[in-house]
Amino acid sequence: MPELFFRYLFFPGFLFSAVVGLLAVWLDRKVTARLQWRVGPPWHQCFMDIVKLFNKEVIVPEGAKITFILAPFLGLAGVTLLTTILGRSLFSLGAGFGQDMIVVMYLLLIPVLALIIGASASGNPLASIGVSREMKLVLSYELPFILAVITVIIKTKAINLNAVLDYQAVYSSCVFSLSGLLAFLVALMCVVAKLGLGPFDISEAEQEIMGGVLIEYSGFLLAVFKIGKAILIHALSLFLIILFLGRDLSPLFLILKYSGILVAVILIKNTNPRLRIDQALRFFWGKLALLGVLAVILSLLGL
Amino acid sequence: MSHKIVVPIGPYHPLQEEPEYFRLYVEGEKVVDIDIVIGYMHRGVEKLSESKHFDQVAFLVERICGICSNSHPFAYCLAIEDLGKIEVPPRANFIRTIIAELERIHSHLLWLGLAGHFIGYNTVWMWAWRYREPVLDCFEMITGNRNHYAMMKIGGVRRDIEDKDIPALRKILDELCPAVDMFKGAIMDDPVIQARLVKVGVLTKQETIDWCVVGPTARASGVDIDVRRDEPYGAYGLVKFNIPAAKDGDIFSKTVIRIKELYESISIIRQCLDIMPKGEFDADVKQIPPGEGIGRVEAPRGECFHYVKSDGTNRPVRHKIRAPSYVNVASNKVACVGGTISDAAITLAAVDPCYCCTERTAVVDRVSDKKILNGFDLVKLSQEKTEYLKKKVI
Repeated sequence: MPELFFRYLFFPGFLFSAVVGLLAVWLDRKVTARLQWRVGPPWHQCFMDIVKLFNKEVIVPEGAKITFILAPFLGLAGVTLLTTILGRSLFSLGAGFGQDMIVVMYLLLIPVLALIIGASASGNPLASIGVSREMKLVLSYELPFILAVITVIIKTKAINLNAVLDYQAVYSSCVFSLSGLLAFLVALMCVVAKLGLGPFDISEAEQEIMGGVLIEYSGFLLAVFKIGKAILIHALSLFLIILFLGRDLSPLFLILKYSGILVAVILIKNTNPRLRIDQALRFFWGKLALLGVLAVILSLLGL
Repeated sequence: MSHKIVVPIGPYHPLQEEPEYFRLYVEGEKVVDIDIVIGYMHRGVEKLSESKHFDQVAFLVERICGICSNSHPFAYCLAIEDLGKIEVPPRANFIRTIIAELERIHSHLLWLGLAGHFIGYNTVWMWAWRYREPVLDCFEMITGNRNHYAMMKIGGVRRDIEDKDIPALRKILDELCPAVDMFKGAIMDDPVIQARLVKVGVLTKQETIDWCVVGPTARASGVDIDVRRDEPYGAYGLVKFNIPAAKDGDIFSKTVIRIKELYESISIIRQCLDIMPKGEFDADVKQIPPGEGIGRVEAPRGECFHYVKSDGTNRPVRHKIRAPSYVNVASNKVACVGGTISDAAITLAAVDPCYCCTERTAVVDRVSDKKILNGFDLVKLSQEKTEYLKKKVI
């Protein structure tokens, strides 16, 4: 039992993934700044931001429901469980259970649901526009993301994270086959959307709806959301590594793969303007879903 | 389902740095109506102008806007010169034209950056502003100031462009050309930008005429008006330039027109530097006779109009100003309706609404609460930087 708590709260759970996640957020800010001829923040900036937010007053809007306060913690708890499962299967081989990939797919939705619940409870009209956009966005990217995951399942004939890693250790990383590469690209775009970055930061869109879903959040409630998002970045990078780049898991390669995925996400983010929600929907259900289906067919053919 | 909610853009909003209030009535994502409320920045400049003498008014109108801070005094000086039948020395006309075109370059680059920011493309924002910086340095070198140049004076200009500054000016222009090429490629060929801007916020030709829209906003809709060509002032009659035009009236056309105008401005400045005559740059004006005069200038945003009436004293009796944004902002009423909220954000910005930067800076030591740098120190710092720049560039 104490071991379980240690895993959930420290390694590879909350503490470890929060620190790594916030460093990933810093990498995002730094690389973005360098791409934009700016200097960028020092490495501890994200931690200072969190500390600052914890010291700020929390303003709960009049008429907000209790879920407004509970939602950030729901998101954080969900994403911590997610990162614990992913971290366990990556760092301590053989620690997986049953069909844990399905659990992971469900847990990936928890932070989004928390955001939607919290924002709807705030009663702000801009937040409600943000919520409607967020829901449409979830509906759009889930389809290609599931197709990409199914490709891996067909390829490795396993719904267990460890079995996926075992398969890749024996043969080669999934990304080095045609179907795997397609699925990886599809999943990468979905990850950008899941993180609400780059061309898909539609539900926050500060120039249009001033932060949308997060508009009413302040103080430590906002900090909890920020930490949750940082952990989500970490978790999604781990998930992509497990699914597609699972061959060599020595620390050096792991760090290289991890930062490679982050840099790809950052580059996508910085070289595209924000899409409209209808364009995002068309993109995910059109081009990306087609690519996903193609990847599934190719993997069935054994390519 | 008809469930209208109001999305407020303003009076203070991350989208617009100046206080303006747009009330968007939306159904879902679709904008069905818009209310435009302006007047938050009303400072009574026209009334103030009646209490200042003619020379002071040039400084006053310069502070109407931080971006068109040359167009307003230019139009005012033209109005006074029209009133008093004052002949401006040829060299002054060329210097005025150079400053006006430099202003157009920096203003269009500023808009380009902001437009990028408004569609969530912050990389374009930062890059455009980075390439705008040398233009501001250029201003600092020629006029001593980055934003409020104080170059216009009734009957001429306040400072000469010295021969030793010209190579540096040319160098900055040469370096700007590849940057504009890059923007042209990066913006005009990007499919995602096209998806966001093409057929968005369309103003048809008839709507443009009905709403009296001016400047690049009108030229993008097929209304070919430009004061520089239609009624040449300054040295515009003596140089060759094209007026880029488009027919679609969407935001993409407006962007393309502004990028093309950058090339034209660079070419105009180069021609002016080539053929600028030597000689006086200031006619000595002693007395403004009674009468009326108008001045029209093609500001970066469109026609800027000044009307001045004098009764023979040293103050204007009436001074009427019409800035281009005044008419352009109203056209949002037709351009925004029917689009989505995302489209509205960029549409509102596409007319390049003008904002004022009138803040003063003082650097304060946080611990002792003592001022370390006041206005004079900052001016001195700025002058030192000018000297440094002159040495560095040449």
